[in-house]
Amino acid sequence: MPTEFTPLASFGGGLLIGLGAVLLMLGLGRIFGATGILSGAVFAQDREEMDWRIVLIAGMVLAPGLIFAVTGTMPALTVPISPAMIVVGGVIVGLGASLGSGCTSGHGVCGLARLSVRSLIAVPTFMATAAITVFLIRHVFGG
Amino acid sequence: MKLMFAWLTGLVFGTGIAISGMMDPAKVLNFFDIAGSWDPSLAFVMGGALIVTFSGYRLVWRRDAPLFGGSFQIPTSMIIDSKLIGGSALFGMGWGIAGFCPGAAIPALGTGRWEVALFLISVVAGIYLHRVLAKTATRAAG
Repeated sequence: MPTEFTPLASFGGGLLIGLGAVLLMLGLGRIFGATGILSGAVFAQDREEMDWRIVLIAGMVLAPGLIFAVTGTMPALTVPISPAMIVVGGVIVGLGASLGSGCTSGHGVCGLARLSVRSLIAVPTFMATAAITVFLIRHVFGG
Repeated sequence: MKLMFAWLTGLVFGTGIAISGMMDPAKVLNFFDIAGSWDPSLAFVMGGALIVTFSGYRLVWRRDAPLFGGSFQIPTSMIIDSKLIGGSALFGMGWGIAGFCPGAAIPALGTGRWEVALFLISVVAGIYLHRVLAKTATRAAG
């Protein structure tokens, strides 16, 4: 199913994503890695470490509501896969991001911006396996 | 104050995700589907985010410390090992299957769609699985 090419909105959204990452570094001195933040919000031992992550997640969750309040429409969200595949994908994402110490935000945005050697390896790796996975599912197994 | 700031930071990041198209799995999967219904939009997300983060980080690091105390906590490891490569490879596979990544799915939860909640619960299960496996590995090594 084709989706509309949206270079301007995507670039503008990207600028705001970057601003969020910079603000977190400015205020709390932390890398904006979504998997680490989610992990800490659920599993952190220290109350203070848990609190800022929970509040930050609450701010993130409010975003579609803000968009709705301003524009009158919710951001587009089409899920072209089955619930079973959502679960399989989610577990692999959680396991992989923990093992590789980062995901799209941690390695892809913050790590590349720092020119981290580990991120320079991680990002092409996960971009490649994502592209291969989509190719296999859509064109080889005919999802 | 610190918590207010963290909340605002999340809102800014989440709004960026929502505007950018990252929270739409159909769009994310099309970004990777170069041989099919390719939609290159998400390269612009990455470009925009990197321009701001690259320059913004350097401005922020001129300070001695973050606004709300403590110090800048920046990963210093430079170790390229099988965990980094294997973990990243796995992460990409999962991303390619589901079309969601955690940074996009957390704001997407605000749309109220059950698929997003299901994805995030599964991600937490994956993180938990890693914690259990890491503990077992440490015990075996010890």
